[in-house]
Amino acid sequence: MNDAMAFLLWTKGPMLNLALGIFALGVAVRLVEILILGRAKNYAEPRAPEWIGGAKALVSRTLPDPGTFRRAPFDVLIGWLWHIGFILVLLFFVPHVELIRGVLGFAWPALPTPLVDVSTALTILGLIAALVHRLTHPVKRFLSTGEDYLIWAVVFMVVLTGYLSYHRLITPYPLALGMHILSAEIFLILVPLTRLSHLFTAFIARWYTGAHFGRKGVEA
Amino acid sequence: MSTLAIRERTLEQGAPAQGLSLARGLAAWRAELDAPIAAFFSSCVHCGLCAQACPFYVETGDPRYTPIYKLEPLRRLWESEFTLLGRIKSWLRLNQPVTDALLAEWEELLYDSCTMCGRCSMVCPVGNDIAYMIRKMREGMVQSGHAPEGLIAASSRAIRTGSPMGLQWKTLEVQIRHVESSTGLQVPIDREGAEYLVLLSSMEVINFPEYLEAITRIFAHASISWTLSTQCFEATNAGVQIGSKDIARTLVERVVAAAEQLKVSKVISPECGHAYTAIRWEGPNLIGRSYPFKVFHIIEVLDELRASGRLRLEGKETDRLSMHDPCNLARKSGVIEQQRNLIELIAEQFVDFEEHGRYQWCCGAGGGVSSNERAEALRLQAFKRKKAQIEAVAPARMVTMCATCRTQLEEGIETYNLNIPVVGLTELIAEHLVDKEPA
Amino acid sequence: MPQRSHSTLGELLVKQGVSRRSFLRFCAAATSLLALPPSLVPVFAESLAKARRPSVIWLSFQECTGCTESLTRSHAPNLEDLILNALSLEYHHTLQAASGEAAEAARLQAIAENKGQYLVIVDGSVPGPNSEPGYSTIAGHSNYDILLETVDQAAVVIAVGSCAAFGGLPAAEPNPTGARPIMELVKDKPLVTIPGCPPIPMAISGVVAHYLAFGRLPELDQYLRPLAFYGQSIHDRCYRRPFYDKGLFAEGFDDEGAKRGWCLYRLGCKGPITYNACATMKWNDGTSWPVEAGHPCLGCSEPRFWDAGGFYRAVSVPLTLGPNTLLGAGAVGIAAGAVAGALARRRARIAERTLPPVSIEELEAKQ
Repeated sequence: MNDAMAFLLWTKGPMLNLALGIFALGVAVRLVEILILGRAKNYAEPRAPEWIGGAKALVSRTLPDPGTFRRAPFDVLIGWLWHIGFILVLLFFVPHVELIRGVLGFAWPALPTPLVDVSTALTILGLIAALVHRLTHPVKRFLSTGEDYLIWAVVFMVVLTGYLSYHRLITPYPLALGMHILSAEIFLILVPLTRLSHLFTAFIARWYTGAHFGRKGVEA
Repeated sequence: MSTLAIRERTLEQGAPAQGLSLARGLAAWRAELDAPIAAFFSSCVHCGLCAQACPFYVETGDPRYTPIYKLEPLRRLWESEFTLLGRIKSWLRLNQPVTDALLAEWEELLYDSCTMCGRCSMVCPVGNDIAYMIRKMREGMVQSGHAPEGLIAASSRAIRTGSPMGLQWKTLEVQIRHVESSTGLQVPIDREGAEYLVLLSSMEVINFPEYLEAITRIFAHASISWTLSTQCFEATNAGVQIGSKDIARTLVERVVAAAEQLKVSKVISPECGHAYTAIRWEGPNLIGRSYPFKVFHIIEVLDELRASGRLRLEGKETDRLSMHDPCNLARKSGVIEQQRNLIELIAEQFVDFEEHGRYQWCCGAGGGVSSNERAEALRLQAFKRKKAQIEAVAPARMVTMCATCRTQLEEGIETYNLNIPVVGLTELIAEHLVDKEPA
Repeated sequence: MPQRSHSTLGELLVKQGVSRRSFLRFCAAATSLLALPPSLVPVFAESLAKARRPSVIWLSFQECTGCTESLTRSHAPNLEDLILNALSLEYHHTLQAASGEAAEAARLQAIAENKGQYLVIVDGSVPGPNSEPGYSTIAGHSNYDILLETVDQAAVVIAVGSCAAFGGLPAAEPNPTGARPIMELVKDKPLVTIPGCPPIPMAISGVVAHYLAFGRLPELDQYLRPLAFYGQSIHDRCYRRPFYDKGLFAEGFDDEGAKRGWCLYRLGCKGPITYNACATMKWNDGTSWPVEAGHPCLGCSEPRFWDAGGFYRAVSVPLTLGPNTLLGAGAVGIAAGAVAGALARRRARIAERTLPPVSIEELEAKQ
């Protein structure tokens, strides 16, 4: 009968070390193996410094151009909804903030719990909508691979188990919390192994594209 | 011997020198693989938004035309050879191989249904520059023998005759004589030390001879010192379109040699989109050094003349004008305001498309699609996006500044019975020059 | 030697001078605590009054007597005491007058005389069957043997306190005595756990009253805890909860937040993962409880609270992980990535160097 608690302690102890170890190692490998490839020297006379365009694109790609928003409003709104919800919950829920403080040695103030709760619920709805969209939209369904659905499932499990734990809808509670932590650990392990790496590499991608267009005088 | 060992060995030995082959294609991709490509492939989450930016997808609804999908073979090579995880998968034989059959299947996606217009590169939420990758991917397609016939023929003519359409200086000379007699002005040829070297595109010379007359008059009006070169008049670059650095380099070297021989300080690319990007942005990298001269699109030069007050115009066009931005000029080169400054000078009623400038839609003919005869039906289907934009503002005439776009606009407008004439901006400007007082 | 008695509980209470009014008040309180509908109060009272005075054998194994202390020192005299006094306590180390062989004889006699009807209350954990039995013996017998012998004929077993329920401090890593919770050793009897270090007295008397009135145990959770007392978390019923929701935390025991009564989460409060009734029933006759006194909940009614990280570290803080693990793994990753990346870069440069240029003849040959 100590199984659930033993499971929770395992997820909070050795498994967390393993997951974060793989995460840190894997992400470092991914980033280094990308950056080390470098770029050929560019001899064309630039119109503007690359770093201005690169820095702008880091932020600007978060918002779509008006035409894309009009043609694919659902993609944009759903994508925003659950990304923002997920990040908000990840970084500003009280226990998460304390976890970050425990791991990194520093942290920031948390958000009020009811706000985080609403945000979690919206994230779950957003993720369900995203899955339905992926399964029904011709382009998304055509492009999607097993990996895309795996990623969806892991992200969904993280949020769902978190929500169920918070509302104590699974018993015993240590089992619920353990499942949540384990899901998060699987998520961490998959970041360097799957397209979840976009969590970091998207900013490298934005930088290069912004710089490439920026030097030609185009805001990308 | 394992396939991996064989691959490693061939890698050390280099790709076979004789004949285009899969091995050479893959080697070309390896040579092109850089940090941006690795970052792009690591970031794509298959959201599919790039499809919404592609005229070929939007007008056909075929998901195979999703821009990122067109890169799948290159992605496989990157994954299996340029990521630690992919190499482990390769050892376990879990990787998806790149075969000659795969490339044959992808040829259509890379050449017939992509103009490298870069609109997908502008909308990707993770910031992937898809057109950048398509350009690099075409290198391997050429090296593996999977380039379309039409583009091979154009490249062949460009290398062998100096013009992708096989145009000879003799033909151009006839036109020069004609311009000189109709304007009473001299067209300077091979004038060493001139400020500007003017390049032309064969398509312009053949289809739109008004251009040469227009710049002759404008430059005389603005007292510009310029010249043509008998050594090289062609600005276009079939090598950039087919995706071969070797061919592109040869063609750019001709321009550079002509400019250096005549000691000009500026080179003007004509009303052509890809010629400008080829010379302005790719050229220095193809020859591996900076130029001793600057490169401008004719529209940049005209706007500079306007800004410095050297362009005195009179009268206005009274009909409703709208404008098509060539992708290579606007989105891919940042020339967006200049053409609008110029058209404001001569148009009473100018109306822009809702999506213009860096978000404009491709006409469907760029990136070599216009030279690829088998893509004709698809090209005209992609034009429907442009047609919709035109219909939305209902202009009396369209203005553009790229001979390829202009040809496509005219053909598309005729196909879909829109009955809207298309004019080049340079010739439109020339029509409004204030006649010079006789000295 | 406790006398045998066959009188009912009702008769006994009357004899002890408990008024019908006070008895009904207890019954009302007990039904409400047990989460039974109010309509059941008369039934409960009537059944309880008619119940036979039960025999109880109280076994104390690897424990600290805190549970007994808690129970007997609860604010006296109250009705919980009276109910407990009404039990026929046949055997209890701390409370019985008999000692030595007489005490053990009383246990055996109680078993023999009340076969199938007596209650066994256990506090303390037991070195399991595979442990060295010498760690805890009574009168030369191992705890394990005594436990099995005693529960063999019991009607119900009540594991009181976290040691009996979950192993408790004796079972803490590395658990030298091989201490085991009762539920792992007694599988074939109705069993209820009343964990806590110590448990709330009313939880014990409430369960006993429910059993006496209805002849069965109340509804239990996965850990066999009565849901009536362990159905909600401390966190969800804590009067400091609004501060948690607003993100207002005491960060020291004497800072401004502590003085203002803010949430103790960051001081290590285990309320969020602890199920118990402290927040509603409080201690010492409803006087106060740890969180109200300014101390974070230790989580004492949960399995393995003794091994689940520091009492003064927030509940979500990892047990062993720190920045060094991340930095170490990151450094290894950078090295591995540099090697893998350098190899990949080499492939690209070799390809660039050895790639033959495309000639126009080759291209034309493909046409």
